[in-house]
Amino acid sequence: MEQLFEVLTSPLRLLDILIDGVSSGAQYALFAAGLSLIFGIMRLVNLAHGDFIILAAYILFAISWALGALGLAPELNPVLALVLAAPILFALGYAVQRGVLNNTLGKDILPPLLVTFALSVIIQNGLFLVFSPDTRSIDGGALSTAGIDIGYRQVPLLSIITVAVAVAVIGGLQTLFFRTPLGRDFRAVSDDPEIAQLMGINRRHVFALAMGVAMIVVAIAGVMFGLAGSFDPYLGPTRLLSAFEAVIIGGVGSLWGTLAGGAILGIAEQFGSRAFGEAFKQISGHVAFLLILLIRPRGLFPRAKD
Amino acid sequence: MSLDALLSTANLEAFYGDFQALFGIDFSVSAGETVAIIGANGAGKSTFLKSLVGLLSNSPESIHFDGQAIGAMPPSRGVDLGLALVPEGRRLFGSLTVEENLIIGGQHTRRQGHWTLETVYDLFPVLAERRKNPGQALSGGQQQMVAIGRALLSNPRVLLCDEISLGLAPIVIKDIYAAVPRIREEGTAMVVVEQDINQALAVADRLYCFQEGRVSLEGAPDALSREAIKAAYFGLGAAA
Repeated sequence: MEQLFEVLTSPLRLLDILIDGVSSGAQYALFAAGLSLIFGIMRLVNLAHGDFIILAAYILFAISWALGALGLAPELNPVLALVLAAPILFALGYAVQRGVLNNTLGKDILPPLLVTFALSVIIQNGLFLVFSPDTRSIDGGALSTAGIDIGYRQVPLLSIITVAVAVAVIGGLQTLFFRTPLGRDFRAVSDDPEIAQLMGINRRHVFALAMGVAMIVVAIAGVMFGLAGSFDPYLGPTRLLSAFEAVIIGGVGSLWGTLAGGAILGIAEQFGSRAFGEAFKQISGHVAFLLILLIRPRGLFPRAKD
Repeated sequence: MSLDALLSTANLEAFYGDFQALFGIDFSVSAGETVAIIGANGAGKSTFLKSLVGLLSNSPESIHFDGQAIGAMPPSRGVDLGLALVPEGRRLFGSLTVEENLIIGGQHTRRQGHWTLETVYDLFPVLAERRKNPGQALSGGQQQMVAIGRALLSNPRVLLCDEISLGLAPIVIKDIYAAVPRIREEGTAMVVVEQDINQALAVADRLYCFQEGRVSLEGAPDALSREAIKAAYFGLGAAA
């Protein structure tokens, strides 16, 4: 109780909660953006999404490590690795959707759940076999430790970059979705798949492109995650949980809502951990999630239809 | 079946699972011709159009378009051949604006022709005023215009219209049908499915009447008596 009182009466402690909450929330929003995109377009709940993020982090780790071995500056490696990994992950997403997941889509929601669950298990064990259970992280060089002085404390540069990247990714997806011909196809297929086909849209191809785009977002999420901390092959499901909560808090189908959802989740966790102790960090996020569901069952910014 | 048929079916059957909806339909429409299909609810008219565009799969040889057997084509192929559907209930894309709904109709085909955004706005001027609105915000008649415009933008050789007057006020129906002559001027063949017999008779060169999945009557409107049409429509039998 003392701790709670102290937090609530200290503006600087509250500001800390806001700053650190928003920056971890930005990471949740990055985890969630790809999930939101896929669910929005093809009503596919991808249980392997978290494992895709970890897979991306490992691919980025491997490329970044290889670049380091070539003697390039470590600060540049994550960016270069991302540029190299993005096409690989896009192709992987396209292939998985076209080759596997398209066949599971239909009136029954169970097959995609089962198949993505299986993918999740396969990815975890595959990563275990290739990379061992050791924890890894992506080396950002000086970037990992740099901070910006805001008077009473330092804010890690990486946190600021994460927030900027999350806003840019959500804004980019929003633009893609509402301002480009591809986005128009995405929306048309999501609105009415049958009629969309009559427009000459090949739904299987459009879905595969959507998964490819989602995997580029996953690559970005993976690099920010790998720079911020360490990861091991089995971390995927917990990433998935945060991502789900961010999507649902924000309202299914709303990308900016997902960003808000991530921020709310992050702030709730920071508040819980500072007011009640570190052990209460995650449970505070879940409680905030449940409270919001109680008040607004469809999330904060639900799409008008559905 | 006439020899110069652009789109024709021979002994076309259609099923929903175990339920048979069409029992051997022989049908044809020539280039530039307007054919009406009338019939009561459940006679198989919409099912027939769905078969034509590939939403229901058939044996390849049961449907021919310009010499090609297309009975088993995927639905996304029709637009390139020049086959466009104005679906029953309009089915506009809800998250697209009026203009986006129109654009998407012509975006995935290389077909070119008279119909562009400008000429469709010229045909239905009210749509130009509402181009930035979501499709769902429009009145029923305006939505129907968008659905027709969307199909026209693919510059089809055959335009299939499913119940375009359904649920609309008579004055609105008149507006919509006023567009038909201008569509025909471009040489587009039309297949118009209607429940409204008078509307069908007024617009068609030839008429088919469907009854319980079969063609019960076929001919030019002036060659058919009211009584014959009524009998074929309601299934009162030849004796009635």
